[in-house]
Amino acid sequence: MSFLPAIPEILRQFLKRPATNIFPAKYLPPSVTKYLQSVQEGKTSIHPPVETPPNFRGKILYDRDTCIGCKLCIRVCPANAIEFLPETKRVRIYVTQCIFCSQCNDACPVDALHMSDEFLLADEDRYSENMIVE
Amino acid sequence: MSEDSKNKATFNVPIGPVHPALKEPILFTFKMDGELVEEVDFAPGKCHRGIEWMGMRRNPVQIVHLTDRICGICGVSHSLAFARAVEQIAEIEVPERAHYVRTIIAEYERLQSHLLWAGVAAHELGFDTLFFLAWRVREESMDVIEYLTGNRVNYGIVQVGGVRRDFTEDQFPRIEASLQYYEDIAAKLLKLFLEDKTIQIRCKQCGVMSKREALELCTVGPTARASGVAMDVRSDSPYAAYGDLDIAPVLPHHYLGLTNGDVYDRIVVRLLEVVQSVDLIRQCLANMPPGEVLWEKKYPKILAACKKATGEAVGRVEAPRGECLHYVRMDGNPSPQTWKVKASTYSNQLSWLKMLKGEQIADIPIVVASIDPCMSCTDRVAVVRDDRTDILTKADLHRLSVEKTRRLAQWS
Repeated sequence: MSFLPAIPEILRQFLKRPATNIFPAKYLPPSVTKYLQSVQEGKTSIHPPVETPPNFRGKILYDRDTCIGCKLCIRVCPANAIEFLPETKRVRIYVTQCIFCSQCNDACPVDALHMSDEFLLADEDRYSENMIVE
Repeated sequence: MSEDSKNKATFNVPIGPVHPALKEPILFTFKMDGELVEEVDFAPGKCHRGIEWMGMRRNPVQIVHLTDRICGICGVSHSLAFARAVEQIAEIEVPERAHYVRTIIAEYERLQSHLLWAGVAAHELGFDTLFFLAWRVREESMDVIEYLTGNRVNYGIVQVGGVRRDFTEDQFPRIEASLQYYEDIAAKLLKLFLEDKTIQIRCKQCGVMSKREALELCTVGPTARASGVAMDVRSDSPYAAYGDLDIAPVLPHHYLGLTNGDVYDRIVVRLLEVVQSVDLIRQCLANMPPGEVLWEKKYPKILAACKKATGEAVGRVEAPRGECLHYVRMDGNPSPQTWKVKASTYSNQLSWLKMLKGEQIADIPIVVASIDPCMSCTDRVAVVRDDRTDILTKADLHRLSVEKTRRLAQWS
């Protein structure tokens, strides 16, 4: 096997566990919608995703009471995902637009913006309640 | 055999812009003589994203995170090149520790990029077992990058004037563990890739480019080094912390004893650079000076410094694929007047014409992949009007420019 060094490696792999995390299920369910329904009803369980590391940048969290409306986050946002609302002097963040760089978190002088661990953000509507933070 | 078929009848084979053998959009037209490639032509420009246009409407602090998204694989190279250009214009002095943090992340990026490429190369040869194996090994560096920067792909760690996150002492054991992992597995990887009979028969004497041709075609990065050109931005004009490190360009004759300039040599160079990167990260960890990692913590001050800056500068960085260059010109406005990105593939793509000539159809995927092309980073202007693609020559661009100036003059 000196000329095919991959063969011993392949044989060894048979005894090892797969390197891939089987998220959300081991096999593709026959119907994804039915599968998700049964998960919601609690009949089936999802295989958990790999844990996020510390300081992971997920969906943004906004503390509107701490916010002072200084607009600095708007000036540093690369995706122009933050909108200023002049009536309330607060901001509105469009999560579908956000690129998760967390630069607004660093720039915020009063620490009103944070990143959560949430990363499963698929939605059918760009402007649904889940996709707008204000 | 009839008289007709004896006459050398060539036929054209178009491959692309979207084709399973290519990972990114580009159109090749091969003039074939039987199985052999007689002439090659290619048309890039199928994937223009207008990222420079977006940049010229944003300030440097915003752009530095846009640059992360120019390329999915060499994200930090682009941000680093851009940040270096802006730092030169604004005369910002980057803290010493930030240089080391930048170097560590850049080397991790090289690790994962070269292993990704090794997997893709195996896949192009039809050796999918090795493809999965290389990507499993790559995953370790992705995990460390995620642990250090917060994200697997778009790291977002470089900032104008330094880096946004420091590496603390308690993170070092995780880094060290990954370096140990790569040191242990390096010999095995070299054996699996270089001693394999199938890889040897497919890659040796395939897609050959001599040293002279590599110089004449202005190739960069591992493509040039595989042909024996001792060229590496990291050692030729050191940036970040590379000046303090012990680094020399990796050449195929260090391992093989001679340079052939074929696809096999390109595998050798990239795999040896994985070993080199591990060594460089070790050196960085040992010599990391204490101190701040960002020139100025307050963002309004960074923004103000960038706004005040006038002048032009070039940021050069050795991306995993070769030299990556950013030209920035600031004129006292918040956003740059000009921002030009030259990805490494731009310099390397012309070598295809030479490498593919005389090869067989079956060798096209591996030869095309051997320069590690990244078309989406390279492509700039493509005009499609009425289903017709125009190629803009210098004269055309000049005419368009004059027209625009006249238009602007009318409005003002």
